[in-house]
Amino acid sequence: MNIRPDPTFHASAKLAMQAPSENYAFTVMLSPDGEMSDGIAVVDLNPDSKTYGEIVHQVIVPNKGDEFHHFGWNACSSSLSPLSGHAFLERRYLIVPGIRSSRIYIIDVKDPLKAKIHKTIEPEELFEKTGYSRPHTIHCGPEGIYVSTLGGAGSDGTDGPPGIFIMDCETFEIIGRYEMDRGKQDKHYDFWWNLPQDYMVSSEWGLPPQFENGIVPEDLLANKYGHSIHFWDLRARKNIQTMDFGENYQMALEVRPAHDPTKSYGFCGVVVDTTNLQGAIFTWWRDDDGKWQSKKTITIDPVPASADELPELLKGFEAVPPLVTDIDLSLDDKYLYVACWGLGEMHQYDVSDPLNPKLAGKVELGGIIAHHKHPNGKGFAFGPQMVEISRDGERVYWTNSLYSTWDDQFYPNDEGGQMVMAHVGKNGGLELDKDFYIDFPQGLRAHQIRLEGGDCSTDSFCYPSV
Amino acid sequence: MTTATALWGAVVFSGFYHGINPGMGWPLAVSAALMEKKHSAMPKAIAMLGLGHFLAMIGILLPFSLMTILIEWEIQIRLGAGLLVIAMGIYLLINRRHPKILARVHPARLALWSFLAAMAHGAGLMLVPIFLGIAGHDDHSAGHHAAQLLMDNNVITAFVVAFIHTMAMTAAGAIIATIIYFWLGLKFLSKTWFNLDLVWAISLILVGIFGITAALHGH
Repeated sequence: MNIRPDPTFHASAKLAMQAPSENYAFTVMLSPDGEMSDGIAVVDLNPDSKTYGEIVHQVIVPNKGDEFHHFGWNACSSSLSPLSGHAFLERRYLIVPGIRSSRIYIIDVKDPLKAKIHKTIEPEELFEKTGYSRPHTIHCGPEGIYVSTLGGAGSDGTDGPPGIFIMDCETFEIIGRYEMDRGKQDKHYDFWWNLPQDYMVSSEWGLPPQFENGIVPEDLLANKYGHSIHFWDLRARKNIQTMDFGENYQMALEVRPAHDPTKSYGFCGVVVDTTNLQGAIFTWWRDDDGKWQSKKTITIDPVPASADELPELLKGFEAVPPLVTDIDLSLDDKYLYVACWGLGEMHQYDVSDPLNPKLAGKVELGGIIAHHKHPNGKGFAFGPQMVEISRDGERVYWTNSLYSTWDDQFYPNDEGGQMVMAHVGKNGGLELDKDFYIDFPQGLRAHQIRLEGGDCSTDSFCYPSV
Repeated sequence: MTTATALWGAVVFSGFYHGINPGMGWPLAVSAALMEKKHSAMPKAIAMLGLGHFLAMIGILLPFSLMTILIEWEIQIRLGAGLLVIAMGIYLLINRRHPKILARVHPARLALWSFLAAMAHGAGLMLVPIFLGIAGHDDHSAGHHAAQLLMDNNVITAFVVAFIHTMAMTAAGAIIATIIYFWLGLKFLSKTWFNLDLVWAISLILVGIFGITAALHGH
């Protein structure tokens, strides 16, 4: 406990943008076959440092087969909430779940160069206390740390629906399930909220048998992956509206609400439209009657390709789908970054008018058939995937692995983990930094990135940007 | 300065003290004005917070004012009240956890929030020894009053104490909220936010000790 609020807590997104730049990144390292232990890489991001752009420390966990994916902080700017203010917490611990093992590590990063495991929550405890499995997205909010899960109970995670559970933000004890009335929600992926407006939005990927051993083409073609998002009365813990984008919009993944809490809109990325292989972004908003609405505001076309260039999975389609697998919104709610993992492109859209996004910048790197090289001449395995934006919006970092078994299906000949960075132009535009290119240790791939002091997919702000 | 003046001074002072504590709600007044994008939302929010605080104060003081009918038990009641306040202070000292119930309140229900926040922090209890001091003081100056009349007077006193305390609390919170909203800006919201948990718990213990001492040695 501190006497003064943690200096990395900011009342508004605007204040967070004015805060000092990030000195470190924490990036997931995962072993695709469980041969090695997973870990968190600490990356030096201080341009004045001798070790800038290098992995300067690694926290390697003792177990194997965890498969790290997403992770998050024990505390963020939501601690300054005027309602449930908990301003004297420290932003100090990373909550790192294994989505394959259901084990959760709490990693103390107070001194990033000496980051270490603080506590481990074994899968049995999670199963027993929540009936959920395969923990995923982390957000710090009212009452504690909220964790979404991808699976229910039972060995294949299909005994009961997946959902969200709450952890104590100081002791990291699992408190229990979040939902009181889940309505139609039967799959889970991401979630986020607007704390002052008291709503939450959650999304859907698929149930564990639909992803753990690879994408199931029959399920995809039968539109059996998730295609709805759910709106919740956050504090009443009740699903108030389920919005179905249409069954062809397969895999509604990342949910990105506007950071300014006076705004009642946000975005959701859809991996693939099974009618035409497009990738899509939906803008969702609350209308004057309080009902939630949505509209498809961005589509990205597939690129035709000959069958012999394509992996087994795509041969029949003779095209590369864009595969929109991650999106991220800058803190000023101006630019939406869209990772097109199949094409090998990172798009930057100006979403100042959220219903009329305009393509403002684009970087090509990797890709199923494109194999775009980095400006430093090196290759890039897979395509741009997990993306994170610096608080000031000037630097965009990303890595390349989607999920072990899916990487192997879409990119059977690629291997490796890379993290790169691009600079954002004064009036938009995106350009890769020639000198920032991190090759991960042999045998490990890279997934989500968290920035020291918070980033654009972590902090929830409780006061408007004025 | 007479004892009575000092005790009424303590009512006002404890109001200021509660008012500057962000845990009693002034950041909510700032956020209400910013979220609704109009200045008038702030006085409305402050009034709601004040109402909730007043109800929490009177909710605690009223039972004690009714107990003053048991005039022969006055010392015991004051000792018991002092011990209760000390116990709350020790509880808050040991249990430094956050009251989770506050996180379940809808953001628009400010009076309810303020009521629960004051209850959870034992804000009303902090006033009890002061109130009993004032009530006891009246007792001595008007010793010939019948017990019923005394109780009636003390019920009125409880309302007056709760009201004056809430006014002082509201004024202090309103001043901080106004300065931050109009002049300093949100950056100062986190800068003015001090961890008062420890000081608060100790305050309760000190007030409890004062109550016991006053009961044992007169005032």
